[in-house]
Amino acid sequence: MERAPKPGRDVPPKKDKPQAKRKKPRRYWEEDTAPTTARASPGPPRNKKRNQELRPQRPKTTHNLKKSRISKKPQVPKKLRKRKNPEPQRSLSGAQDPFPGPAPVPVEVVQKFCRIDKSKKLPHSKSKTRNRLQVAEAEEKETSVKAALSELLLAEEPGFLEGEDGEDTAKILQADIVEAVDIASAAKHFDLNLRQFGPYRLNYSRTGRHLAFGGRRGHVAALDWVTKRLMCEINVMEAVRDIRFLHSEPLLAVAQNRWLHIYDNQGIELHCIRRCDRVTRLEFLPFHFLLATASETGFLTYLDVSVGKIVAALNARAGRLDVMTQNPYNAVIHLGHSNGTVSLWSPAMKEPLAKILCHRGGVRAVAVDSTGTYMATSGLDHQLKIFDLRGTFQPMSARTLPQGAGHLAFSQRGLLVAGMGDVVNIWAGQGKAGPPSLAQPYLTHRLSGPVHGLQFCPFEDVLGVGHSGGITSMLVPGAAEPNFDGLESNPYRSRKQRQEWEVKALLEKVPAELICLDPRALAEVDVISLEQEKKERIERLGYDPEAKTPFQPKPKQKGRSSTASRVKRKRKVMDEEHRDKVRQSLEQQQQHKQKKAKPSGAWPSALDRFVR
Amino acid sequence: MSANRAAESLLALSQWEELVDLPKDCPLSASEDEGDSDGERKHQKLLEAISSLGGKNRRKLAERSEASLKVSEFNVSSEGSGEKLVLADLLEPGKTSSSLATVKKQLNRVKSKKTVELPLNKEEVERIHREVAFNKTSQVLSKWDPIVLKNRQAEQLVFPLEKEQPAFAPIEHVLSGWKARTPLEQEIFNLLQKNKQPVTDPLLTPVEKASLKAMSLEEAQMRRAELQRARALQSYYEARARREKRIKSKKYHRVMKKAKAKQALKEFEQLQKVNPTTALEELEKIEKARMMERMSLKHQNSGKWAKSKAIMAKYDLEARQAIQEQLAKNKELTQKLQVASESEEEEGGTEVEELLFPDAVNEAQVNADGPNPWMLRSCTSDAKEAEIQEDPEQLPEPLAHNVSESEGDERPVAEEEILLTEFEETQSLRKRSELNQDAESVGSQETKDSISQEVLFELRTLSQKLKENRQSRKQKASSVGTVLQVQREEPAPEEEEEPLLLQRPERVQTLEELEELEKEGCFQNELPRPMLEGHQLKKNPNNQTNAPKKKKKEKMIDLQNLLTTKSPSVKSLAVPTTIEELEDEAERDQKQMIKEAFAGDDVIRDFLKEKREAVEASKPQDVDLTLPGWGEWGGVGLKPSAKKRRRFLVKAPEGPPRKDKNLPNVIINEKRNIHAAAHQVRVLPYPFTHHRQFERTIQTPIGSTWNTQRAFQKLTTPKIVTKAGHIIKPIKAEDVGYRSSSRSDLSVVQRNPKRLSARHKKQLKKTL
Repeated sequence: MERAPKPGRDVPPKKDKPQAKRKKPRRYWEEDTAPTTARASPGPPRNKKRNQELRPQRPKTTHNLKKSRISKKPQVPKKLRKRKNPEPQRSLSGAQDPFPGPAPVPVEVVQKFCRIDKSKKLPHSKSKTRNRLQVAEAEEKETSVKAALSELLLAEEPGFLEGEDGEDTAKILQADIVEAVDIASAAKHFDLNLRQFGPYRLNYSRTGRHLAFGGRRGHVAALDWVTKRLMCEINVMEAVRDIRFLHSEPLLAVAQNRWLHIYDNQGIELHCIRRCDRVTRLEFLPFHFLLATASETGFLTYLDVSVGKIVAALNARAGRLDVMTQNPYNAVIHLGHSNGTVSLWSPAMKEPLAKILCHRGGVRAVAVDSTGTYMATSGLDHQLKIFDLRGTFQPMSARTLPQGAGHLAFSQRGLLVAGMGDVVNIWAGQGKAGPPSLAQPYLTHRLSGPVHGLQFCPFEDVLGVGHSGGITSMLVPGAAEPNFDGLESNPYRSRKQRQEWEVKALLEKVPAELICLDPRALAEVDVISLEQEKKERIERLGYDPEAKTPFQPKPKQKGRSSTASRVKRKRKVMDEEHRDKVRQSLEQQQQHKQKKAKPSGAWPSALDRFVR
Repeated sequence: MSANRAAESLLALSQWEELVDLPKDCPLSASEDEGDSDGERKHQKLLEAISSLGGKNRRKLAERSEASLKVSEFNVSSEGSGEKLVLADLLEPGKTSSSLATVKKQLNRVKSKKTVELPLNKEEVERIHREVAFNKTSQVLSKWDPIVLKNRQAEQLVFPLEKEQPAFAPIEHVLSGWKARTPLEQEIFNLLQKNKQPVTDPLLTPVEKASLKAMSLEEAQMRRAELQRARALQSYYEARARREKRIKSKKYHRVMKKAKAKQALKEFEQLQKVNPTTALEELEKIEKARMMERMSLKHQNSGKWAKSKAIMAKYDLEARQAIQEQLAKNKELTQKLQVASESEEEEGGTEVEELLFPDAVNEAQVNADGPNPWMLRSCTSDAKEAEIQEDPEQLPEPLAHNVSESEGDERPVAEEEILLTEFEETQSLRKRSELNQDAESVGSQETKDSISQEVLFELRTLSQKLKENRQSRKQKASSVGTVLQVQREEPAPEEEEEPLLLQRPERVQTLEELEELEKEGCFQNELPRPMLEGHQLKKNPNNQTNAPKKKKKEKMIDLQNLLTTKSPSVKSLAVPTTIEELEDEAERDQKQMIKEAFAGDDVIRDFLKEKREAVEASKPQDVDLTLPGWGEWGGVGLKPSAKKRRRFLVKAPEGPPRKDKNLPNVIINEKRNIHAAAHQVRVLPYPFTHHRQFERTIQTPIGSTWNTQRAFQKLTTPKIVTKAGHIIKPIKAEDVGYRSSSRSDLSVVQRNPKRLSARHKKQLKKTL
């Protein structure tokens, strides 16, 4: 679900971002003197070395003319209108509006915000109903146009690495990128050498400001990774399987060898949840305040962290669970199993919502992109596949990797990273909305040890990799969403703001039972109970109040209204209706027959009669 | 007149004499009886005279007091009346007195009036009154209908309704009390005054005033009159034209048309004489019309009218004539100008033809002395035939369906030697595959070639197999056909992973297969699928005896079809990364190891089994209502007969098709999420009759999370806004712009006169 960009929200200026020379906006009252110079002024000078465009930080100026604005109203009629009344709206001062009429709105953007599903056909509606529908459609149009117009305020645009023709971007090393970008961005690439406490799992907070990591041998730490300020560092003296931030950075869930523990940002243990034992993977659903845990015993447990209750404990009946991810679009949990299937779970159902057979071997890793459209899976058969999650669950592309991917992650803008041994491969899609094309990696990087955890940092072009040698923070240009919602997940929020957000988020908490495959289904009418109620009502009343009244012949003048003739007329109408019915059923039968006849295609063989 | 007067005077004189006589007679009368009677008579006369003097000669009717003795049957006596009948009395005209006339009138009136009807029942009277009253009030109220409708549909209503009129003060008043104080204001005022802009009386500038005075009253009136006249004329003409248009007589129209044509001709001739240049222009116009016609072909028989006429022409003489006329007109209009010679035209034609046909054809034509259309056609057909002969087999085949294809596959089986001539086969295959691949993205020619090659190979192996067991030939051939189809439909290379994946259950581990797997690993591009298919075919005979297995197998092929057709093509991996290169050799070994390791566990079969179970479980169950022992022998171990069971089995209605019906690798849970359903809407609000209509109105989110602030505010405006502390009075006619006078009521009545039914009107009349 797209959200309308929030223009009015407080977006403090990014400290670390270089204030690029912005093109000075030309005001309409200014004379038309220097447009040529303004237009000619290019963005920042193209990158010197390697002739590549490096835009790891959301560059603003290079992209300025790319967006094609398609205005709905063609230009010609506007001129005509002008000619009709030669003084359109001359203001008191005599200055003319250089941009008359409403602001042009790009149609594609408007389309993005249109939510009424017009694919389903409507039955014929009466005028009153039609009126309501028209009002709804007009409202939708108006709101979507407004949302599209306010998208103008999203100042940041994503950048990308672009190789010169024939140059492979995958061969660009991190060192090169670091050298090319500004200091603030270069500071985001770092390595933490922590060889002592084994392979690390890591997790970024929702705002992308904080990083928590836990080593296999008990090392747990949380830090503000931008300023590198350490919040806490402890050793839990137990194996750490997974680590995850709860809704905000002061709370930290750690899956330890036996039980699930929750720490605060001082490293103080707040809770030990013994009902979640032998947890292997953690996943936090931020809008539902649910902590989903997958355990060795094969249970998927949902813990409501706002009230501290276990909402549901589901038995997956598929042995040890150690592959889990969430679908950020609909909060469905995806579990990978050793029999090559991926099952989709919701706390409201005891059985999986869907089961997809993905691999011939066991599933090693699953990742779902932020729009909930694509799912990437990798299996023991060394395949990496991308599935379409929009109803069909069919593979869109597949690739065999030399060593198979043990960890997968999607970035906010749809980049896919796979950790294979000590190598990290990143694939990018061609278009904005498309799936990542697996043909050629966008970036590769070799680490000092085998990968154990992967996550893209939200709102920063950074990929965090946890491995046996510590933590590596990589620069991946174009990975993250350049514009953040200041009221939703603000990386620069103060403590007060965070507390306020927390209250609001708790007030807007979505009930756990609303998790289903299609979240838009909630906006649909419950047809089954509707019909049930209708049936009950008919039973109660003894007749159908909405049924068509039977035909009653009108009385006629001059002695033609004898009982016999009335009955005759009545019968005539009845017969006509009956004939219609028969005709319809006949047509249906014929269609059915045709359908049946079609698939056989070839001649039926004599042996077909034995087929049951 | 004079005679009359004389008579009167005479009469008066005699009367006076009598009056004079009267005193003399008086004593006498008492003594003499005769004289007595005489006196009486005279007295009577006197009275008469007096009364006649009064103007109105009222005649007193004689009163009959007693029965007369002298009633005779021979003459009329006037004894009773005390007066003799005078002849003059009889001669008098039957003059009617005025007082009588009024009485007569009254009498007449009374006579003409019928008897007064009985008044209606009280109930009936009341009912009529009620109806009339209802009609009247509904009429009066109906003027509110549009307002009510508007208010119901309004997005927002603000109460109280009457808005306070902002106090308008004329600008002069505002300005007069205002003075320039600051230096800036003073400066501005100075400027304004300099430019003769109005400052104190700012309504009109001098220029505006001048322009207002520009037209005098008379002028304006004249102009208005002129305009009125023009408008009236126009309306007359319009009315006339409408009237004439409405005339249906064909004859009239024909005559009119002819007359018009004549008129036009005449005018044209006159014009030619008077003003040749304008005449020329006219001519040009006509010419232009002709050209337009030539371009548009409006008068051909393509129009609606012409089509209908063409149908009618068979039966209707007039229609036929009309069509002929039309055609004649068309001919006339479309006729090419004779300015250019015919030969030129023909040359043009040949030129066009030359463009259409290749040179060789044209050369042959040039040799011939003239452009002969028959020759031409034969030439083209020849060319076509030549084309056809290039590939003689293909023409009939593309049209053939699956059946013919399978036949085509059968034929190679029968005649191996002929088929093994590879060239022909590949060509035909390519041709067919091309035809099949209309919709999909066109793969490269080489892939096609390779595919067809592989197909050939397959066919050959197949034929050899077939020799071994000929009995099942037909069936296999058909299966081959389907397989081939699948192949042709998707040239996508990497897709073969899925089919491979799905084929697993039937596969038997062989050396060959391992080789294939290796191949697959090494070259992503090359698809060993055809080979696989070959394997499948080989395995077919083994499976044939086992019926249920076979069925499953068919299903598998279906799945395969689906998978392969659905998944899009993927580009091959071009350059392995450096790391991959390093690991290449090790990788191969490992791959093989993995394949071997997973060869045993049949993931796919398990999955299919699970899916089948899920489908079975989700199917609605039939209800068996048989009572064992009812109507039969009872006892231990009794079993109701099949017939009975069939009779009492209530079949559950078939549910909607499963969502994963066509998705072989997916099991979608069909169970309802009751907890989520509790949050859904389960009642349709009023104007909606279908749930989809309502869904459309709630699909747009209204929260501030998804909308801009403005949009959010607009979407969540309250339906009714009231002002605190204000009385909300009922709506009045003035509030909505109606005047509450009777005129508006009248207008309402005029607007819907239908409301008064005939019956009501009658009743109204009765009551009035």
